[in-house]
Amino acid sequence: MEAITEMNKMDATFLEEAKKRSGEDLSLCYQCLKCTAGCPTAPIMDIRPNNIIRMIQMGMKQEVLGSSAIWLCVSCETCGTRCPNKIDIGVLMDALREMAIDEGIHAKEKNIHLLHEAFIDSIRRGGRVHEATMLIDYKLRSKDFLTDLVPGMMLFMKGKIPLLPSLVKGRGEIKRIFERCKK
Amino acid sequence: MFYPLRLTIYDSRIMKKLGVFICHCGVNIAGTVDVKSVAGKVGSVGDVAHSTDYIYMCSEPGQQLIREAVREKGLEGVVVACCSPSMHENTFRKAVKSEGMNPYLCEIANIREQCSWVHQKEKEKATEKAEEIILATLEKVRENEKLEAISVSINRSVLVIGGGIAGMTAALDLAEGGYEVILLEKEQALGGHMTQLSRTFPDLHPALPDLLTKALEIEKHPGIDLHCYSEMEDVKGYVGNFELTIRKKATHVDWEKCNECGLCIRDCPVEYVSQFERGLGVRKAIDLLYPQSVPHKPVIHRSHCRYFIDGSCRRCEEVCPEKAIRFEQEDERIGKKVGAIVVATGFELYPRERLGEYGYGEIPDVIDGLALERMLSVDGPTKGRIIRPSDGKVPKEMVFIQCVASRDPDRYMPYCSRICCMYTAKQAKIYKEQVPDGQPYIFYMDIRSDGKGYEEFLQKTIEEKGLLYLRGRVSRVFQDDGKVRVLGVDTLTGRMVEVAADMVVLATAVVPSDGVKDLAAKLRATVDRHGFWTEAHIKLYPVESSTKGIYLAGCGQSPKDISDTVSQASATASKIQALLSTDKLLQDPLIAFVDENICSGCGICVEICPYEAREMDSQRGISVVHSALCQGCGACIAACPNFACELRNNSSIQTLRMLDTFVTAGARE
Repeated sequence: MEAITEMNKMDATFLEEAKKRSGEDLSLCYQCLKCTAGCPTAPIMDIRPNNIIRMIQMGMKQEVLGSSAIWLCVSCETCGTRCPNKIDIGVLMDALREMAIDEGIHAKEKNIHLLHEAFIDSIRRGGRVHEATMLIDYKLRSKDFLTDLVPGMMLFMKGKIPLLPSLVKGRGEIKRIFERCKK
Repeated sequence: MFYPLRLTIYDSRIMKKLGVFICHCGVNIAGTVDVKSVAGKVGSVGDVAHSTDYIYMCSEPGQQLIREAVREKGLEGVVVACCSPSMHENTFRKAVKSEGMNPYLCEIANIREQCSWVHQKEKEKATEKAEEIILATLEKVRENEKLEAISVSINRSVLVIGGGIAGMTAALDLAEGGYEVILLEKEQALGGHMTQLSRTFPDLHPALPDLLTKALEIEKHPGIDLHCYSEMEDVKGYVGNFELTIRKKATHVDWEKCNECGLCIRDCPVEYVSQFERGLGVRKAIDLLYPQSVPHKPVIHRSHCRYFIDGSCRRCEEVCPEKAIRFEQEDERIGKKVGAIVVATGFELYPRERLGEYGYGEIPDVIDGLALERMLSVDGPTKGRIIRPSDGKVPKEMVFIQCVASRDPDRYMPYCSRICCMYTAKQAKIYKEQVPDGQPYIFYMDIRSDGKGYEEFLQKTIEEKGLLYLRGRVSRVFQDDGKVRVLGVDTLTGRMVEVAADMVVLATAVVPSDGVKDLAAKLRATVDRHGFWTEAHIKLYPVESSTKGIYLAGCGQSPKDISDTVSQASATASKIQALLSTDKLLQDPLIAFVDENICSGCGICVEICPYEAREMDSQRGISVVHSALCQGCGACIAACPNFACELRNNSSIQTLRMLDTFVTAGARE
């Protein structure tokens, strides 16, 4: 971290870009910290959700896009539901992840993009996440077979990772959604 | 203890039937003082015919208790043990009066502020003390006389000091109400600081047109006697009957003859830095205050005019077609009488010389909020354009610093100046409209946007204009390579930040106008340690000063914006209309009186009286009390060597008997 942040060298376009891509009005944030107070992942984030917005306002592009916080967000939407200024931070985090990918900035969290890819592919296949195949897919992609093995087994024993997928009816439509998104 | 001879007759007192009413004040009193036990003990005193307690004595059922007891038991004296007399003395005196009892036979025993609140941890002792306070007050009531309010005839015209938006509003309201108003303004034209503003928040209306409409109305109003370029020289008298001496400063222009052609201004060879333009523009030695000023008449400023400096120029006199220039004119003193006075003395911004920070006064591109207002005004020195004073370039990076000299109890002013958050947001918005590719940075501590529509204005401005608010103080401002470098901190990210700015605008603290302390001495009204006028009660009497008949409006009382100022000025006008609605004024009779048989005419009381209420009756060789002037302070009573002065219903004997109560109670322990 630089000792002094020189405001003139900050990327003033970052705020506009983040606003445009997320569709959220980030200028409205008055730092009430309601988002961070309710965020389940905030305790392990390197930059808390409220500070993500603040740093976007300040134009700190590299630090925000290079943070692990944007990848740790689980999109539970608690922040967006509670924000008094209707800023949907979940949507913003998605936009920031896209921007990071576009900029070729590697996520700080190891393999996190692989998990996201496995997650999306699982939905593409069945219209709904099937945990068992998704996890196998992720393990194959990451070649990391040992991490979280014990909690995984515990979840399996409790029936939280069903063997059979529950498929949605409109899988044709899901397929079309994915195709249109690609365009 | 020496009891004066004439007071030793008191033992022949006639028994009165007394009533005691003890208020719980919710838990304020009853939570500490055992009110039931006190009521019981006091009730056993010989002449106490009625003693009771109630949860809220000031409530309608509480007052009903008092009225019923007075009626049914024929009470001849009442003690209400409750809060301070400044809260409800009037309430209870009115209550007993409605039952035909003389209101001055009702007294308050203050067992809240002076007992329960200060002894919350010593309940038993507080209960004993409450009882003693009530017993002592009973002693007072036993000696109280029946008194009638003093009736004083009043003058039904009003003086308004200050011709800014506060004074103008009060003057117009009063004049519309049919009262004669004398309006005093120290500058040569009406309007005060509002004439310097560009557009006002939150509606962004231009300030001047609205103001000029009012000013013209005042100038033409038959009920308003306008004295511009005038100051208050002396005030004598009291509520209802003030005698004024007004000093009309020499304008050196015959305003009656002047046809406002402007030739004198055009031809005047002297230009000097204009205070009105906050140092950004110049004015002539003979000039208007501002181009559209009301009254639209010029004044010669002696300290700059060549005629007055060395007699070398009479250009204005030569060109004036009406021969209206009067070099020989002198200050004029006029006497007036009024019944009430409004002080609307307004504000200044914290002076540059005393700031010594942020490069203010050293770096030309560091200016204050009012200077930027002049820039933003279309009739201002830059015709409404924001440019750097140093080189006339358009600033691309603009830094605004809020709370400059405000909220800094150690070095500057401890209070919040209240207008800066909003005007800074407004200025940043207008800047962004004018310079779309410019970046405004605003350093702030908190944003205080408490007025109607203010928070919405602020949020909308931030949303639309991309202002960057940095929460933190600025540590250093210095010049570097044509830029003004601003070092500070953003506490929201915890980063030290630096902005290489083109221009810096300081939202400096609102302070009272110069000379208010002198004026306060003349009016015998009080100002606080900063010089703001003190009100009689911050919540219940916010527009009355501590001196009767003197009322407050505008920033002279405390910093406030235009909406609040106008509201307060109208409130003041309403209060005065109520005061002057009759020919006679009723005054409290609790004042000093003189025993003519004892007074030796030494005159000590005349000298000591702070209200000029004592004078010598040379024929009778004694001192007399001017009942309308006396405030009942008791200074003369303490000073009189012969015990010839006493206060009505606060006599020495009453005081001594009350003291006796406390002393005997103390001895019992």
